[in-house]
Amino acid sequence: MARKTPGINTGSMADISFLLLTFFLLTSSINTEQGIPRRLPPHATEEVKEQINERNVLNVVVNFKNEISVNSQIVFINQLKDKAKEFIENPYDDPNLPVKETKSIDYIGDYRVSQGVISLKNDQSTSYDVYIQVQNELEKAVNELRDKVSLQYFGKKYELLDTALQSAVKKAVPMQISEAKPMDWSNTGE
Amino acid sequence: MARFKKENTKELPEINTGSMSDIIFMFLFFFMVITNMRETNVKVKFTEPSATEIQKLEKKSLVETIYIGEPLNKNENTIPPGKISVQLNDQTIKQEDLETQVQDFIARAKESRSDEDKNKLTFSLKVDKNVEMRYVNVIKTELRKNNALKISYATRKKVEN
Repeated sequence: MARKTPGINTGSMADISFLLLTFFLLTSSINTEQGIPRRLPPHATEEVKEQINERNVLNVVVNFKNEISVNSQIVFINQLKDKAKEFIENPYDDPNLPVKETKSIDYIGDYRVSQGVISLKNDQSTSYDVYIQVQNELEKAVNELRDKVSLQYFGKKYELLDTALQSAVKKAVPMQISEAKPMDWSNTGE
Repeated sequence: MARFKKENTKELPEINTGSMSDIIFMFLFFFMVITNMRETNVKVKFTEPSATEIQKLEKKSLVETIYIGEPLNKNENTIPPGKISVQLNDQTIKQEDLETQVQDFIARAKESRSDEDKNKLTFSLKVDKNVEMRYVNVIKTELRKNNALKISYATRKKVEN
């Protein structure tokens, strides 16, 4: 009569897949690539001296002692965000803060866009950590302003908008950071 | 007595290990999907600074990484004045070759991508938080010279209190 076909021994299968599993665990890394995105300005052979109105520039300097100063006034890192926000937004149309130019933006309509530029300057001896903290604070300032605009016009946070609306908000609150040529404390011998 | 014993062993149920491999395979696929292969051996020590306003880089395949930090091994090339190494691909670079090496690195990175992807190519700077800005500035100038303008400062997510 028909005999039962012998079952294939699958006991070793688990071992083989375990081996594969450990191999992948060892050769791969879980951490995803994340960071603060930035766009560098294109390389210019000559330093272009742009004529920028004094009131449109916020000078942020990080010196060799890792001290942060905003318009020659030393601040702590946790004050920087509010300073930057106040500068970009210019809520009371202060004559010492940036000019606003009325632009018509899709989806938003006429919006008075701040012309403020944050000029970031660091020393060659500045620590990278402090530099990133400063970049982070500035990014946070811009993000909060964008959130504010998008809540006002679209009733949603900036992150949750779709791309077309996001770019509209981006036009309303542009991220303007210009990085000046770094200074070198050790060379000037100050 | 002997007969009784024999019968007893026969009735001991075997544990079914057939589904074991399925479970392990499931694990395997899970890990294969959520992880990415480590392509290079990192030869520098670095602790990324932490930040709150971070964004994930969209596509792994469009990211090239530059490492800057203290070398793990004393024999690695370093760049004066500090003992800091800059690593591109699999090797640390020498001071005198810096310019050409970075240029090659960028050219190769661009070559291996299609025209469409070239503009989306991001250079991720993985820099130790104790490094002085001079090293980062050197690399940034080189990137600018070679028209590789999209960069990202690799950071960890800061846990806010």
